[in-house]
Amino acid sequence: MTAALALTWRQYRLERTMFWRNPSAAFFNFVLPLLFLALFGAIFSGSQEDLDIIVPGIAGMSIMTTTFVALAMNLVFLREQGVLKRLRGTPLPSGVYLASLAAHAVTNTTIQLSIVVGAGALLFGVGLPQDWLMLAVFVAAGVACLTSLGVALSHAIPNFDSAPAYVNAIFLPVIVLSGVFYDAEAAPTFLRDIAQALPLTHLIDGLSAAMVSGAAFSDHLDDLAVLLIWGILGAVLAVRGFCWEARRG
Amino acid sequence: MRDLHKSYGNVHAVQGIDFEVARGEVFGLLGPNGAGKTTTVEVLEGYRERTRGIVSVVGHDPGGRPRALRERVGIVLQSSGIYRHATPRELITHWAGFYPAPRDVEEVIDLAGLRESENVLTRKLSGGQARRLDFALALVGDPELIFLDEPTTGFDPAARRAAWETIRALADLGKTVLLTTHYLDEAQALCDRVAIIKDGRILAVGAPAQLGVGASSRYRVSWRAEAGELVSRETDDPTGLLHQLTSAALARGTGLEDLTVSRPSLEDVYLELTAEVADEEPSR
Repeated sequence: MTAALALTWRQYRLERTMFWRNPSAAFFNFVLPLLFLALFGAIFSGSQEDLDIIVPGIAGMSIMTTTFVALAMNLVFLREQGVLKRLRGTPLPSGVYLASLAAHAVTNTTIQLSIVVGAGALLFGVGLPQDWLMLAVFVAAGVACLTSLGVALSHAIPNFDSAPAYVNAIFLPVIVLSGVFYDAEAAPTFLRDIAQALPLTHLIDGLSAAMVSGAAFSDHLDDLAVLLIWGILGAVLAVRGFCWEARRG
Repeated sequence: MRDLHKSYGNVHAVQGIDFEVARGEVFGLLGPNGAGKTTTVEVLEGYRERTRGIVSVVGHDPGGRPRALRERVGIVLQSSGIYRHATPRELITHWAGFYPAPRDVEEVIDLAGLRESENVLTRKLSGGQARRLDFALALVGDPELIFLDEPTTGFDPAARRAAWETIRALADLGKTVLLTTHYLDEAQALCDRVAIIKDGRILAVGAPAQLGVGASSRYRVSWRAEAGELVSRETDDPTGLLHQLTSAALARGTGLEDLTVSRPSLEDVYLELTAEVADEEPSR
């Protein structure tokens, strides 16, 4: 057990080192959501009501980029390059490897959320989160759910050239529908119905309650349940479809 | 390994392969593309499940990919994809941490010839340097057995020579090496024994020199005739033929240009053995 933890730590450290050396990964993970935050913060600067929506929205989007988007892209790249296959030929246990990838994603999420929450409090008048525990629970649920969905998506992507298309075809509609940029309740009914089925909508609901409105945790258990269902679905697909080798042909 | 079979649906990629590799031996699987070399090696490495047959690699069945087996073998795959944002030194050090009794990192860097590029990001390495890193990563766990799947395919001659030197160095360390190649000269230069494989079957096994002798005891004598074209003749009695040729040349008062006497090479055997199936279908 200690040996496995030590090995996870080593792999995690390598992932961190490599991450910071890769400008495009750092951009997608950190700069893009912060750019959106700055832009929409400027657009809505006169309206606290809008800022109260955009800050938790960007927080939810950040969780999605640092887990779902990053993992799907990264795993396809590593698979197609043959890195996963090479690792599979070493004594490194698969569980250790996947745990280190998850820890890596969680670190990015934590850094990113700290920036978003800090900017919300200092620059956009949203204030510090009302309920830290609720925030932590929703972040954890969101990370677990979107991590497993990201891994599952990577199996569906046939090669690295098509990875951005697959990822953006999901990511962009989802962030718009889920109310990152506006109050999802204000959308037309049919869009609202679609949004209600998406995990990010419920993640943002929970984050919004924890960060801004201070609504009771017990009122948002249904949001947590939706995240859980998506998370289980994602985990099953992620484990069943896991492929260590590049697709042939 | 006995009677290995591997099928993909109706495609029988490997149909009944038997061979045994002794400790410390450099054993080559030689054959054209699509012969089943990689399939065979990947069954041994644990990447593929066999359809049937008995396989034992350093005392383990590779089927379940036991960790104890992975600790004792080193694998160089055909593709050399690796993390792009790390240096050879970092990766070799990291890989060493996977194994219970790794070799010294400095020694591995020297052995693989990576001293000059040890701190260069891998995405900036040349093909030859990337291959050296492959060798280093396969070697750092101090394995007993090293798999090399087409270790020099696509290399320029200098990079090939360098890779050969490294492979010889592995053999000198007492490692058992199982390599696949479709280059005859590579098999001849490196292997103690070679199995010629085609369409999932072994056609011949033996030391490269013996394979040549075994196929035919004839010698080939060739020389440039007076008209300028190269003539070659096969004979069981090279001494007699040479005597005739040289006396005739001396009598004419001319030399015999480009005179050579050779045994049938591995290449001759290989071409002879693989010829009959060569016309049927283009290999994958």
